[in-house]
Amino acid sequence: MDATILRTERLQAFYVLDIYGKTKRIKAVNHIDLAIRENEIYGIAGESGCGKSTLLKTLAAAVEPPLRVIDGKVFYRINGAEVDVAALSAEEKRQLRMTYLAYVPQGSMSVLNPVRRIRDTYRDFIESHRDVRQKGEIFDLAREHLLELGLPPKILDAYPHQLSGGMRQRVTIALATLLKPRIIIGDEPTTALDVVVQRGVVQLLKDVQSRLRNTIVLVTHDMGVHANIADRIGIMYAGKIVEEAPAERIFRAPSHPYTRYLINSLPRFGDKTVRESVPGSPPSLANLPAGCPFHPRCPHAMDVCKQAVPEFTHVAPDHKVACWLVEGEGYGKSA
Amino acid sequence: MKTFRDLLRDYRFALAFGVVCLLIAFSVLSLFSPYDPTRWGQVPRDLRPSAQHWLGTDSNGQDVFWNATFAVRNSLIIAVIAGIVSRIIAVIVGMVAGYRGGAWDRVLMFLSDSLLVIPLFLIIVMMAMLIRASLNLVTLGLLLAFFGWAWDARLIRSQILSLRERDFTQTAILCGTGTFRLVINEYMPYTMPLIFSTLINNMAWAIGLEITLAILGLLDMSIPTLGTMLYWAINYQAILLGRWWWVMTPITLSIMLFIALYWL
Amino acid sequence: MFLKQYLIPRLIQYILVILLGITAVFFIPRLLPNDPVLRTIAEMRARGSYMEPGAMDKIISDLQQMYGLEGSIFDQYLAFWGRLFRGDLGVSFFQFPTPVLDLIMTALPWTAGLLLTTTLLSWAIGNLVGGFAGYFANQRWSRVLDAIAMIVRPLPYYIFAFALLLLFAYLLRLFPVSGGARLGMRPSWAWPFIQSVLWHSFLPALSIFVLSAAVWFQTMKLVVQNVNAESFVTYAKLSGVKEGHIVARYVIRNALLPQITGLGLSLGLIFSGALITEIVYSYPGLGTLLYNAIINGDYNLIMGITIFSIIAITTSVLIVDLIYPFFDPRIRYM
Repeated sequence: MDATILRTERLQAFYVLDIYGKTKRIKAVNHIDLAIRENEIYGIAGESGCGKSTLLKTLAAAVEPPLRVIDGKVFYRINGAEVDVAALSAEEKRQLRMTYLAYVPQGSMSVLNPVRRIRDTYRDFIESHRDVRQKGEIFDLAREHLLELGLPPKILDAYPHQLSGGMRQRVTIALATLLKPRIIIGDEPTTALDVVVQRGVVQLLKDVQSRLRNTIVLVTHDMGVHANIADRIGIMYAGKIVEEAPAERIFRAPSHPYTRYLINSLPRFGDKTVRESVPGSPPSLANLPAGCPFHPRCPHAMDVCKQAVPEFTHVAPDHKVACWLVEGEGYGKSA
Repeated sequence: MKTFRDLLRDYRFALAFGVVCLLIAFSVLSLFSPYDPTRWGQVPRDLRPSAQHWLGTDSNGQDVFWNATFAVRNSLIIAVIAGIVSRIIAVIVGMVAGYRGGAWDRVLMFLSDSLLVIPLFLIIVMMAMLIRASLNLVTLGLLLAFFGWAWDARLIRSQILSLRERDFTQTAILCGTGTFRLVINEYMPYTMPLIFSTLINNMAWAIGLEITLAILGLLDMSIPTLGTMLYWAINYQAILLGRWWWVMTPITLSIMLFIALYWL
Repeated sequence: MFLKQYLIPRLIQYILVILLGITAVFFIPRLLPNDPVLRTIAEMRARGSYMEPGAMDKIISDLQQMYGLEGSIFDQYLAFWGRLFRGDLGVSFFQFPTPVLDLIMTALPWTAGLLLTTTLLSWAIGNLVGGFAGYFANQRWSRVLDAIAMIVRPLPYYIFAFALLLLFAYLLRLFPVSGGARLGMRPSWAWPFIQSVLWHSFLPALSIFVLSAAVWFQTMKLVVQNVNAESFVTYAKLSGVKEGHIVARYVIRNALLPQITGLGLSLGLIFSGALITEIVYSYPGLGTLLYNAIINGDYNLIMGITIFSIIAITTSVLIVDLIYPFFDPRIRYM
């Protein structure tokens, strides 16, 4: 098994807002332990508003007020040594971006600066990390990289609005991976693209990963994309990871009732039963219910669910769940 | 009511609200004025502030304090007339342009763009010059209302455009809701905050323009407003002669009024 | 595409606005209840007998031509345009027989100089400072500037100019109370004259500058905070692009676009404000010319100033619109 490259310890990050003198805390990331390995694609799934994007920001060390890390730590393994992100200076963090840890944003109209040609955006990004004196060198680098990924280099002369949505997203991915980062963090990179284009973008991410043999952390609410690309999946609910297992196992034997809902909402060939979605809506992160945050929507809720938060425990060597239904049900009691 | 209490926790809103209430109370005092605001020479001229005349008297022989209560009242009346009437125009234009679209939209938006681009102040001056004799509080309010709707109509239009794209519009149309009912019942609640905030801005604009027209001598100078008070003070060289109580009263009151309205 | 979707609609709009504005100027005196000719003559008679004997007849025939006692309203309208095309705005009643256009042209350099410098300076500085204040919205200096703008912004031009005049000219006596240059000086490009002009125009310029810079500051701050949330900014930040690049090339550069459009839309307001400021300081530009016209009931002069201003402002707006595509490739390569 490959070594851990990105790790969190009891990570807690809240938005702390001051509204007319009352302090409001939005618990977007609430006690999360992750251990993401080298050379894997780790998917994070969950409904909108469950804290996925905030988790990504914290992982990418891009925490800005009103978001604050309340407790816990994030570690990167850089050249074999584990580094506490909180100990890095702003400039050190900046230098790590793109070269060590790259970010792929959600596909949208405005993912690239609309007033600059693609090549100028490339120049801004590269100049910030590499000491390139000659303009030509930058463009040679960019052109070569685009060709490798099967994109026409002449798009460098275009403005973003002249490209299609799918092409813009591919350019973004190409740019993010230009300096061969060890970790790629993708925030809903396929959302807002149509299905056919989505496939192409997923394929591009896979290609990049197998070429660079690096790590991708991919957040999307689309279980279909996860099924397609992820090696392991973490299911996130109300600021917590509630289930984590290899992708194949999550889809075959989901343990958490919430995961089951997510998977059952996917269409399948030949299956004509009515698709079920999760009843109710996610809780407000500012005002979480007591006990397991899922209990108000859970069909199997018991008394204990309303009182205590279930521990995140093993049900199999590579499968962890936080649910009272599986608590004490064998494997992980001691873990 | 709850929103209102939340708003009051915002110190700036609370302060502005307090000042506006104070100014309204001040204008209500005009009901108890011992003097007739249209008659001159009722008190000795040019007295400094004293126990008898709190803010002194002016060169027309009027009590500055009591005259100011009428001035604030009248300026507010003009502002309210201008604000409400121009709101009605802005809402109708914005909703028709936004909801009907097409040629209606183009014509109405061309009109409002033109009003924005043309130096309106000069047109208003031209009109005021011609009808100076018949300019009272109401006609001045209407004149300002006629020119003050353009920007707000654009804002309302763009809000209607975005509402029209929302799902509930389709739902309502499929349920057979008529256009008029849809606009009144479904859209109005969304546009109310916008209408209210533009109303406040528009009132401030109207008061500002009233003061300007008055100083240019384009209003009926016998009606006390913040503008006409300032006009007389300037006309009698109150600054040079050191009669600060006379100049500073309308200036302080209008600065308070403008800042409070803006902060609401 | 660009021609058809951007340029031509704007040119049409430009011509239509001028048409509409000048038509309004033509019809306003005709729609109002009192007969402008009779009223103006009566007013002039009541005012004074200091006029030369021939002047009155000339004015009356002038008025009759302008307000049309000759021909149908349509004929009058055509004649009105005919005169405009010949550059004939009539003569001033009270500085008879000086043509209105001459008076405007004498005042114009003063207004143009004041307005051009203050508009451009306040736009540039307001947007620059507002841009940084929006990007660093959590810093103390940003909040202090915000508080100042909150107080200055709502004040109308008249009140603000007057307050500055009271403070700097009457109380502190740092600047002259009125005028454009020291009395008796002849306009020239010599340094003493320029110095005097700068000294005299400092307060009016400051009034206009502070008020409009506050507006640009506030709107820019808001726009920047919106642009800051755009995904291309997040993307650049999370890709470690240098902060200087992000502020200048990503945030401020994009936030300027709505501000250019805003400049076009607000030129009319700024112009009106400048006229009022000129009146407060008796600055010898169009504003003061307008004031004297109002005092003297010189309707012809007011009408001339209005027509001239409509053309000048709409043309400036058109110029801003024509410049805009240079800043926005989405328009340029539609």
